[in-house]
Amino acid sequence: MQSFTVHTGIVAVLGRDNIDTDQIIPKQFLKRIERTGYGDVLFFDWRYDRSGEPDPAFPLNAPRYGGASILLAGKNFGCGSSREHAVWALRDYGFRAIIAPSFADIFANNCLKNGVLTVALQPAEIAQLMARDSAGVCRLTVDLEQCQVSAEDGFKARFAVDAFTRICLLEGLDEIGMTLKHEAEIAEYEQRRQGFIQAQ
Amino acid sequence: MVCAGPEGSSILYIDLHLVHEVTSPQAFAGLREAGRKVRRPDLTFATLDHNIPTAGNRMAIEDALARTQVEALRQNCRDFGVRLFDLDAPEQGIVHVIGPELGLTQPGMTIVCGDSHTSTHGAFGALAFGIGTSEVEHVLATQCLVQKKPKSMLVRFPGAVGAGVTAKDLILAMIAKIGTDGASGHVIEYAGAAIRALSMEARMTICNMSIEAGARAGMIAPDQTTFNYLKSRRFAPQGKAWEKAEQDWSTLQSDDGAHFDSTVEIDAAQIAPFVTWGTNPGMAAPVTGEVPSPDRATNESERNSIGRALAYMGLQPYTRIEDIAIDRVFIGSCTNARLEDIRSAARVVKGYKISSSVQAMIVPGSQQVKHAAEQEGLHRIFTDAGFEWRESGCSMCLGMNPDRLKPGERCASTSNRNFEGRQGAGGRTHLVSPAMAAAAAVTGRFVDVRNWRYKD
Repeated sequence: MQSFTVHTGIVAVLGRDNIDTDQIIPKQFLKRIERTGYGDVLFFDWRYDRSGEPDPAFPLNAPRYGGASILLAGKNFGCGSSREHAVWALRDYGFRAIIAPSFADIFANNCLKNGVLTVALQPAEIAQLMARDSAGVCRLTVDLEQCQVSAEDGFKARFAVDAFTRICLLEGLDEIGMTLKHEAEIAEYEQRRQGFIQAQ
Repeated sequence: MVCAGPEGSSILYIDLHLVHEVTSPQAFAGLREAGRKVRRPDLTFATLDHNIPTAGNRMAIEDALARTQVEALRQNCRDFGVRLFDLDAPEQGIVHVIGPELGLTQPGMTIVCGDSHTSTHGAFGALAFGIGTSEVEHVLATQCLVQKKPKSMLVRFPGAVGAGVTAKDLILAMIAKIGTDGASGHVIEYAGAAIRALSMEARMTICNMSIEAGARAGMIAPDQTTFNYLKSRRFAPQGKAWEKAEQDWSTLQSDDGAHFDSTVEIDAAQIAPFVTWGTNPGMAAPVTGEVPSPDRATNESERNSIGRALAYMGLQPYTRIEDIAIDRVFIGSCTNARLEDIRSAARVVKGYKISSSVQAMIVPGSQQVKHAAEQEGLHRIFTDAGFEWRESGCSMCLGMNPDRLKPGERCASTSNRNFEGRQGAGGRTHLVSPAMAAAAAVTGRFVDVRNWRYKD
């Protein structure tokens, strides 16, 4: 897995609450069997008009957000379907971190597995960042070692992250490999607890 | 739990892993790359449901991408020794419908699937939750997941529901009350007299939509209703093993006075049939109510959300729900496509024709549901009324297959999500119960099914 330590980049703002994974990547793009190549269809229905042209009214199409690698959004980001394709699309587009007041559980988990950091900040801090964006595009540094978001002009906000998540991201660990180190315990558990599925 | 994991996590053993074609190909590919195998093919079951056609010759899928994905699952199941319920199998159906009906879903199990509606299986007192593709790979390889203990929420429904009010209305009322993130980070236990009185199929409808309130899992303590449902199902324990199982399962209840991190109480007797008016499942109102106005919002974010939703849905503030006319009806999905759902819709439709302005389809949740409904002659009630009677699959719940809304079309749907474009780009979805959807098909608009004139 790709590791995450410190990242500095341009922040694109999508100021809506409850952005669901159907919006992040609509169902017609879930039929591929690869893990990459989803960046062009990120936010497809919002990003392109009916003729397939980029919709200038959609924030990510604004030239000011060119090269953005941090996404700032409203609460409950990533709700709905468990499709990991949503994270693959965000990652392939170039986002390394997403900042919001809160995230849906399955989505946040999927981000972790792909080296994308979800940063939950207080609503007041989010509002502050959104206000700064109206004054001009901002660059932020997201530092997972310090658990801190900062800007050159002195803005600072701390964020909490689960200890296991933090270690996995910092070191880019292979979780399957880690679990397989517990082979003895897993085998012992299987001996001890036989299930009730009728064999046939 | 196998053992403590790193940094305060736990390594949790998975008793049942359900697999479908859309979220698994990259996971199997990962196993191949790493030279790993499926640890417990005997606890892994696959079916085809998400992007398959529900009409015509199902073994010849026209959509090349969908066909590739279906072929990939077949190949993966062959290569890794996983049992697949293919399109021509009598067991085929929506993954969350077939698990319970085959007796695979059992109390006390941990159950996962690469699908957020895995919460359905919690109706049996199982801990069941949706996972992403990376975790699907983790479970295939290790039969375990690294998890943190979630918070707990008790949702109590005291009282008894009125006639014409269903499990779908209970869960829509709950989501409207607590919001689509009201249970984030929690596992919900549903309790109270109204829950105890529900059948297993109705309990599945409730648990299915836990994720729409943000909860990864929702569960109901097993009881005699649960045991009666499971007994003699194909993969359920038999004979002596059944007796031991039933004894074990009877202990799976929260202690009296158990502490929950949060508690919600909703009087079931006060709940009317619900209809969603917006673009998330929390945007819902009783059928006797009206579409809200952004002016009544309590903050700017809510005002923007309502405004955007009404613009997308093509609705004016203060429109009465009963004045909303519809173009399409979809009865199906892992939420509401079991035999009782189909019976409930059939009872409403019997003796009527659907409105000339409505196109309606009914998609049974599994081949077993379809055949059982046909045994009872229910398909004739629907086809006589003008419904299309289809083969089993996820269909227009998410529109990965050819069943989709056209832009601007308005649909009364028994599915679980009314997100923008969910049933087709530009399509407008109103979530309702099967009886409400059936009544809307006949009248061409929403009506309060509690006042329905049944012809039986």
